[in-house]
Amino acid sequence: MIRIEPRTGTSRVFSFVIPILSAIVALALAAVPLWFAGANVIAAYGEMVTGVFGSVFSTSEMLTRATPLIFTGLAAALAFRAKLWNIGAEGQLYLGAMAAVAIGSGAFDVPGIILLPLIIVLGAAAGAAGMAVPTYLKTRFGADEVVTTLLLNFVILIFLQMMLEGPLQDPMGLGWPQSSPILDQGMLPPLMDRMRVHSGLIIALVAAGIAQFMLARSVWGFKLRAVGENAAAARHAGIRVNRSLFGVAIISGGLAGLAGVSEVAGLKGYLTADLSPGFGFTGIVVAMLAGLSPVGVVVAALFIASVFVGADSMSRAMGVSSFIADLIVSMSLLCVLVGGFVARYRIVRADAGKAPV
Amino acid sequence: MSDLIFILLSDSFWAASLRIATPLIFGVLGALICERAGVLNLGIEGIFVVGAMTGWMAVWLGAGLWGGILVAALSGAFFGLLHAILTVPLGLSQHVSGLGITLFATSVSYFSYRTALPNVSSPPRIEPFQPLDIPVLSDLPFLGPVLFQQTALTWRALRRVALVWYVMNRTALGVAIQAVGDNPDSVDAQGLSVYGLRIGSIVVGSSLMALGGAFLTMSAFDAFFFGMVNGRGWVCIALVIFASWRPGKALFGALLFGSFDALQVRLQTEMGAFVPGQVFLMVPYILSIIALVIAARSADYPRALLTPWFKGQR
Repeated sequence: MIRIEPRTGTSRVFSFVIPILSAIVALALAAVPLWFAGANVIAAYGEMVTGVFGSVFSTSEMLTRATPLIFTGLAAALAFRAKLWNIGAEGQLYLGAMAAVAIGSGAFDVPGIILLPLIIVLGAAAGAAGMAVPTYLKTRFGADEVVTTLLLNFVILIFLQMMLEGPLQDPMGLGWPQSSPILDQGMLPPLMDRMRVHSGLIIALVAAGIAQFMLARSVWGFKLRAVGENAAAARHAGIRVNRSLFGVAIISGGLAGLAGVSEVAGLKGYLTADLSPGFGFTGIVVAMLAGLSPVGVVVAALFIASVFVGADSMSRAMGVSSFIADLIVSMSLLCVLVGGFVARYRIVRADAGKAPV
Repeated sequence: MSDLIFILLSDSFWAASLRIATPLIFGVLGALICERAGVLNLGIEGIFVVGAMTGWMAVWLGAGLWGGILVAALSGAFFGLLHAILTVPLGLSQHVSGLGITLFATSVSYFSYRTALPNVSSPPRIEPFQPLDIPVLSDLPFLGPVLFQQTALTWRALRRVALVWYVMNRTALGVAIQAVGDNPDSVDAQGLSVYGLRIGSIVVGSSLMALGGAFLTMSAFDAFFFGMVNGRGWVCIALVIFASWRPGKALFGALLFGSFDALQVRLQTEMGAFVPGQVFLMVPYILSIIALVIAARSADYPRALLTPWFKGQR
């Protein structure tokens, strides 16, 4: 007989090794679909690497792609730490983006100097509001936030289409469902000449740093972790659990809103209904790969962004469907889950006492 | 107002309600079986996509309609087994594993579809299930169009409700499945396999979910589109709570949802001039949230839902 038992004292090494191994395994597993698609597997991997690191431009594209993923990854990581299942980052991202174009496209007379800060604050607030609603429904009525946040994504996307064909529509846009462009003073400045990478990346990195510090060092972070590990015990210890949940909900939603602000005010300039190719959901993968650590989120976002940018250029060069990127991303989530099991448990022979196999 | 009454009395409205409810009936039953056994299956959205794609693909390759249904059920069972392995013997987070299955199943489906059909501008069509034509019954006024001109899959869904109800309430297997979702230790003490019951329930439940997807490509429409599942799986997760894990109430919930959805389409054509059409499109999702909020207080969750169980460890 074999038996599964928790490891005594999880080694810290695991928390670094497991995600890296998972990423490598997921990349290796991509050989199977590549082979099915009839591609030269070795050449395909080569294309992926040069697609990301082949030139300054391609690397800058990877950083551009990583920026929203850092925000949504942080949104998921912080909420999941408190066992608040925010699966609604996709919708919250669009709320942030809508707030950004609503205020930023010149409909209100805002002095140029405060326009950008206002866009950032209101975008974050809109995202935060989007997460506050399901959190209220959870704490007040006990409605499962997994389902409510998932369903709100659809509500918000439909609302977005309504806005883009209504109040937010660009009157100069020839009837396309897109918003008016954000004024120049409202745009996040680019970081490099002739590259798309923008200062949203700096904000994302600062946010990750603050989140890391708050989570590890502050009373707020301590309470949040306590609520996540055992809400009943936390309540018994005098922590106001609902208040902690609301706090992290607002920060998580706000970060997702910032992903929308950064995409629309840093990259696109105007809002369309296809602003995000699922950044909200990919953020969950980022957070899990990161082991829910804010600093880890940055590394994981760089990895996932590399997969997307590399697979994009590979799929163009080799004629393989670009869905290969989503496939690798989803496989890395499953791999890191299994890896987490290896880190937490060991399989022992029931008749052989405690000896590890 | 008279328009509304006119709609509610029309046979086409009730026929559409049952048609829209069909994939949800499959999905809610599937989710119900998984959760009764103690495992949340958020893979449902992706399993819908897999069922829709593989069922359609099999028919397109010449497998015949029922061959397509079998292929869809088997591919749903495969992804269900994956979720079962991750969540039952390995005891990993059911939330994260389920979302992982959804992402994985969706991207596998999309990638396979694109690889098989790299350069199609309009999706190829198949000959889908046709409305039943039963002598006498199909010609009945009102009941004919509403019940007896549905496709065979809708009837299969209704029979599945009866079957699941019977198994859950009248058989030893049903008692064991519910016990494993409430108190796995007691099941283990009886000498039954907790792992076996849970894994089996997830596999069977997932194959039902896949049939919900297959209905979309093989009965409601005749082709596969990206994004066609459009949250139907998530709606099922809400409906199963609304139905307090009972097959009869699950059928009622799915029909209620179907009728609201059918109503919003009709109201949209009636009132489209005054209200943006999107307002109506939001209604089904908002109703699901409201239903969840109403049901949540009194929800009698399977007591061991989300709790992993390991052999020899109490």
